Amino acid sequence: MGKHEKFQPIPSFETNPAQYRHWSLAFDGAVATLTLGIDENNGMRSDYLLKLNSYDVGVDIELRDAIERLRFEHPEVRTVVITSDIPRVFCAGANIRMLASSTHAFKVNFCKYTNETRVGIEQASAESGVTFIAACNGTASGGGYELAEACNEIYLIDDGSSAVSLPEVPLLGVLPGTGGLTRLVDKRKVRRDIADVFCTKAEGFRARDAVKYRIVDGSFPRSKWDAGIAAKASEASARHATRSETGVTLTPFKVDVTETSRHYTTVDLDLDLKARLATITVKAPTEAAPADAAALRAEGAETWSFRVWRELHDALQHLRFNHPTLGLILFKTTGDASAVLAHDATLYAAKGDWFADEVLWYQARTLRAVDNTSRSMFALIDEGSCFVGSLFEIPLACDRSYMLEDEDGAVTVQVTEASGGAYPMATNMTRLQCRFAGEPEKVNEALEAGSTIDGPDAYDMGLVTMAPDDIDWEDEIRIAIEERASLSPDALTGMEQNLRFVGAETPECKIYGRLSAWQNWIFQRPNATGDDGALTLFGQPERPTFDWRRT
Amino acid sequence: MAGIDYSQLIPNNVDLSSDRRLQRALEKWQPAYLDWWKDMGPEGWQAKDVYLRTAVSTEPGGWAMFDMVRMPDYRWGIFLADKVEDRKIGFGDHMGEPVWQTIPGEYRNILSRIIVTQADTEPASVEQQRYLGATAPSLYDMRNLFQVNVEEGRHLWAMVYLLHGYFGRDGREEAEELLARRSGDEDKPRILDAFNQLCPDWLTFFCFTTFTDRDGKYQLAALAESGFDPLSRTCRFMLTEEAHHLFVGQMGVERVLRRTIELMKQDPNEDVTNLGGIPFDIIQKYVNYWFSYSIDLFGSEVSSNAADFFAAGIKGRYREDKYEEHTALGQIKQVTKLVDDRLTVEEIPLRNAMNEVLRDDYVADCVKVVEKWNRALSKLDTDLRIKLPSNRFHRRQGIYATHSYDIDGNPISAEAFEAHRDEWLPTAADREYVASLMKPVYEPGKMANWIAAPKKGINGQETQFEYVRV
Repeated sequence: MGKHEKFQPIPSFETNPAQYRHWSLAFDGAVATLTLGIDENNGMRSDYLLKLNSYDVGVDIELRDAIERLRFEHPEVRTVVITSDIPRVFCAGANIRMLASSTHAFKVNFCKYTNETRVGIEQASAESGVTFIAACNGTASGGGYELAEACNEIYLIDDGSSAVSLPEVPLLGVLPGTGGLTRLVDKRKVRRDIADVFCTKAEGFRARDAVKYRIVDGSFPRSKWDAGIAAKASEASARHATRSETGVTLTPFKVDVTETSRHYTTVDLDLDLKARLATITVKAPTEAAPADAAALRAEGAETWSFRVWRELHDALQHLRFNHPTLGLILFKTTGDASAVLAHDATLYAAKGDWFADEVLWYQARTLRAVDNTSRSMFALIDEGSCFVGSLFEIPLACDRSYMLEDEDGAVTVQVTEASGGAYPMATNMTRLQCRFAGEPEKVNEALEAGSTIDGPDAYDMGLVTMAPDDIDWEDEIRIAIEERASLSPDALTGMEQNLRFVGAETPECKIYGRLSAWQNWIFQRPNATGDDGALTLFGQPERPTFDWRRT
Repeated sequence: MAGIDYSQLIPNNVDLSSDRRLQRALEKWQPAYLDWWKDMGPEGWQAKDVYLRTAVSTEPGGWAMFDMVRMPDYRWGIFLADKVEDRKIGFGDHMGEPVWQTIPGEYRNILSRIIVTQADTEPASVEQQRYLGATAPSLYDMRNLFQVNVEEGRHLWAMVYLLHGYFGRDGREEAEELLARRSGDEDKPRILDAFNQLCPDWLTFFCFTTFTDRDGKYQLAALAESGFDPLSRTCRFMLTEEAHHLFVGQMGVERVLRRTIELMKQDPNEDVTNLGGIPFDIIQKYVNYWFSYSIDLFGSEVSSNAADFFAAGIKGRYREDKYEEHTALGQIKQVTKLVDDRLTVEEIPLRNAMNEVLRDDYVADCVKVVEKWNRALSKLDTDLRIKLPSNRFHRRQGIYATHSYDIDGNPISAEAFEAHRDEWLPTAADREYVASLMKPVYEPGKMANWIAAPKKGINGQETQFEYVRV
């Protein structure tokens, strides 16, 4: 850690609207309004003030919570208006002092978290049919404009001074870190030379130019602002039918926490700090599957198919932020495979029901978070495991999978329709398609295999990396773990991210794989974070000095 | 160079006719400016002759001539202080380098922001004061008001010249925006909040010109130090004009005080409201309000922008040459902050405290103004004195904005502040009362009852002189 850097664990990623300090959520029929009014004295750490609606991860934890609750608890909402209640400021983006005094690992995790929240807004729009409207009633700069870019429509108040801008390059010597560049040209399709001007003009564009160049979708003067936004919100609400009038409450997690573990009801996270190893064990349901969509809804957030992925998502966040040295995650499962398949079956049969669909999309989001986790991941498929159906996506997401070849063939996996398109990766491919890019026929071979597959067959079909027998198993696994733990963590992160995403890019994987990777490099460069770097010196009395050599 | 060429459409001392492109741009802006002036300048007085001074030279002493003119015929132009040969940047990271005659690309953004923000206040104050002519306490005061107004208009010209001359297309658009924004307009407000409220009465006008225009003086003085030479020269000449505006304010308040004391002596209960005067405590409350409002304009006590502006050599300190050290690096300034409900002195890197450094100079100047008022009061055989509130009182910007402080700067609860608000700040009833006194007096030499006559007239004229031909 550098001399200015602070590391402070994040005690919880859970919140609810009654606890929000920075956002408020109001409902008016099909329109919800999410208002940003950041309490500058209530940041996650005390060494910065969250001035001008600038955010830290605490603000984004609330935003993510709000987006999830809108999807599950408020299916009646068709339109979400995001706006500010601080005069003349919409949002100033990530707090610069917070970034400048954070560890590199924290900065990267912070950006990843905020990126997943913004991609989550776009998924909520694409999947749940909710229209997000950024009502920029003041200046939206940096991450503030990027938050707007994640919305379907952006409106900027035309008051002669409010602007949208991406000032990271000219002011801070870094990039807009939450998809700003990608969304500008890939999503909004702003001409690239105009985008170049926009991204280097610290003060940005005011309404007239912003509208002209499609940086925003429209503008209203102050006197017509409220009515203008209300009209846009009601137009948007009319575009989609109401999904349901009643929602499903997101219940708090039940989790036992020790220094070295977090045990949820269906997910155990166990930490071996000395070996720098985390084990995540996912447990099959012990209760009968709900009979149909109505029963599934009645179980709500407690139904296994939902609970297990919520708990896994929460465990991953704790691992990412609070345990940066644990470089390898072992994924295990335990329990009755047929129970997993039964719960899967109810869920897939209920497709088209709003809640079943939301649960499927949630599962897919968590799997994409697994894909995006910068740790080595091995799946261990041995006695008592239940890597079947939806849970078989986990070994497919891992960097390697080891499957025990036992004598009586009791250790099996099973590929179901779960791997046939329910959980697309950020590339829009299935994990099987990604795995078999060079042997596409193997995708259908796996999907059509039907019944259980033992170790040797799984190995032949390319579904697992290795299938050692019980004589070799223990040494094979131990050596693989120890060897992995000895390699450079930086090189591994880079290698894994390059190998995990096969095929064409989408805007989403560009944001994680290209923009974020460049940003992470820039964050490490002296021109940004050296003693004389632009990010280090922002707000300090000295001005930055650059090393002019291009690399 | 010092002489001003009045043969041109746009009077100037910058040899405008040799720069056809700039001349054309400004000649195109000129009618838009005149439209703005007719639309938003002093309401109802555009066709009257006013005894106004016009710059004829930028030499100190004898730089202006006086004449009866109708305001729309005023010769607004572009006047820069004389060029100082071999001038070097006097502070910051570029200290000792030759000053810039064009804008450095790397500072385009911050220079443009500073100039636009400063420029925006000039037309804004004209707009704020546009109805005051209808309630002028005398022709002398009305003339002073209009003099201030036309010169604020000229200050706009000075800034627009910089925008047109040095900032390309962006600069021309900013110049258009300066005429499009309107003080207090819901849709196109002026940039700074203090410039978006109407100036409803003459006591407000005198307080505004005393305190808010004085902020302008210190901002201009800090920019007069700038490494961007045309900005420095522009501001140096604007300061010459600004002095009169401060005089109008300071003497205006003093004359109100003087009259109040006279009237107090005439009433058995010293209640001047029986005699149509402004009570002393209302004047004090107006001072409290405008002082606190004006120190907000200096920006936050701890500011990265202020550090950037200084480092870049764009905005220096008031009279930078009186300092021995000009990089301001490795130095600190002590700033009093509220930590855990206790006032604590903290050390801030000096560059980040530049707003506070400038504010200190400003406050010291205000203290002198108040001393002058109090000297005048002491000669009137009264114990009453005007007192300047603490810097922490009633702030909306900076580190004191998030907590309440009493008039002496002690931290108090928001409830305690509210309980005392009416003692410290003008109430609605106070404002209504002051407004009720605002009746015009258009007879030469006569004064409204609530204000004393000035000791002498303008430019050696009698106070009875017909300064405005009603």
